[in-house]
Amino acid sequence: MLIGLLARIGRVTLFVIQETGRMLIFLVATFAWLFRPPLRPFQIFKQLHFIGYKSTFVVVLTAAFTGMVLGLQGYYTLRKFGSEAVLGSVVALSLIRELGPVLASLMVTARAGSAMTAEIGIMRITEQIDALDTMAINSLQYLISPKLVAGLIGVPLLVAMADVVGIYGGYLVGVDLLGGNPGAYWSSIESAVEWKDVYGGILKSISFGLIVSWICCYKGYHTRMSAEGLGTATTEAVVLSSVLILIWDYVLTSVLL
Amino acid sequence: MGDGGESGWVLCPSPIAYSLLPTPGMIKLVGVEKTLGGQPVLRGVDLTIPKGKLTTIIGPSGEGKSVLLKHMIGLLQPDRGEVWVDGMEISHLRGKALNEVRKRFAMLFQSAALFDSLTVFENVAFPLREKSRLPETEVARRVEEKLEQVGLSGMGHKFPAELSGGMKKRAGLARALVMEPEIILFDEPTTGLDPLMARTIHDLIVAMHRTFGFTAVMVSHEIPEIFSISDWVAMLKDGKIVAMAPSADFQKISDPAVREFISAGGTVSLTSSCPGS
Repeated sequence: MLIGLLARIGRVTLFVIQETGRMLIFLVATFAWLFRPPLRPFQIFKQLHFIGYKSTFVVVLTAAFTGMVLGLQGYYTLRKFGSEAVLGSVVALSLIRELGPVLASLMVTARAGSAMTAEIGIMRITEQIDALDTMAINSLQYLISPKLVAGLIGVPLLVAMADVVGIYGGYLVGVDLLGGNPGAYWSSIESAVEWKDVYGGILKSISFGLIVSWICCYKGYHTRMSAEGLGTATTEAVVLSSVLILIWDYVLTSVLL
Repeated sequence: MGDGGESGWVLCPSPIAYSLLPTPGMIKLVGVEKTLGGQPVLRGVDLTIPKGKLTTIIGPSGEGKSVLLKHMIGLLQPDRGEVWVDGMEISHLRGKALNEVRKRFAMLFQSAALFDSLTVFENVAFPLREKSRLPETEVARRVEEKLEQVGLSGMGHKFPAELSGGMKKRAGLARALVMEPEIILFDEPTTGLDPLMARTIHDLIVAMHRTFGFTAVMVSHEIPEIFSISDWVAMLKDGKIVAMAPSADFQKISDPAVREFISAGGTVSLTSSCPGS
């Protein structure tokens, strides 16, 4: 029984190591193809439109309500200590440092990441990826590299938008609805938010963008050749991306603080 | 080496048998072995595809015929053995070197593998736009020409989802032909089609083969039709090529496994002539 357990642990460990290795090779190969001609700016813009523009609504909606909840909770909590004046800084710092990058990236994972996995997975199952390769067109360069670049550019832009919308959401509730001081709201943001907060948020959003496009593309590219395999790949892509975002968030925060 | 059967053609796991080929080999597989998902699929395939001829590979389902085809174009690499294309060993090639070899190939997939986000016109134009520097007017001319040859004139604006199975295969064939490759691989081109459409696709393949003279390798289950369109027939069984002969002679091979497979595919007269061979 003990030997069986050890063997099982060994198998799982080996699988995790192999899978991690394959994922890293996939990432490095995709980056390597990125800088080889022909460059594909149209493909990058197309993916940017899909990952960035088409995720705007859901990210803005999430950010607005997150900011409003922060405004609501923050106002009543701070009022107990007579500190309503710092509400703006509480909302802004929470959003810029943590909630903006994490929530926007999770929403991009749910909306665009899952779609990327499904799209690439269907292309794999219907042999469209093989067709590209037989035409001497590298499928990593044609399909994956533009998505990786779009993730790296699109997610930080969405996060910036989410931060701004969230801060206005907090203002709407904390100032307009609950009667806080508007001047205090903005001035507390101005005095509390430092460059390193913004820098940390940008760094996080870039790395989260990479995680989403990397994991989701990898899972789609290596989909097993069945409908069930595609479903599994999509689920795994969303779960793994989300978990990695949260783990990486902790790691980066502990380094940045 | 196996029995020669009535015709003197051979059951031929050994490459020596291919010295009987009337034309030089365009593709040659030597001792190719492949295991997928822990399951041995190819167990030492020796096969030579004659240049400029239409060779059909038959065999029971799940024996690895498509896997074999993918080795020829470098989509899969053998665990052991060699794959030669026109005198060049390609199994170790990667990246740019492999792409140079692939430029000589085209492949018609079982599912046609059309890009579903592109129209039929864009699908056929795709390799031209990606791999040549032809002006757009010339691209359009060539695409229209190929669409006309496969009977899809005026269908260029449609998306693959709007096409029937037969039309998808035709569009796939047009895309395969548009770069005028030296070798075309057909992976079960008539699977899922009704008999009339299957015959139409076969006739189209034969007509294109005669017109352009490319080397063709086809995987098919369409017995006895394949005997009338192929120059050569090879059979894959238990991960090996167990028989290869000119089409007319293949039907005379007396090996029980070959006989059983041919008989299961349809009533075939042992003395029937094969106009395609």
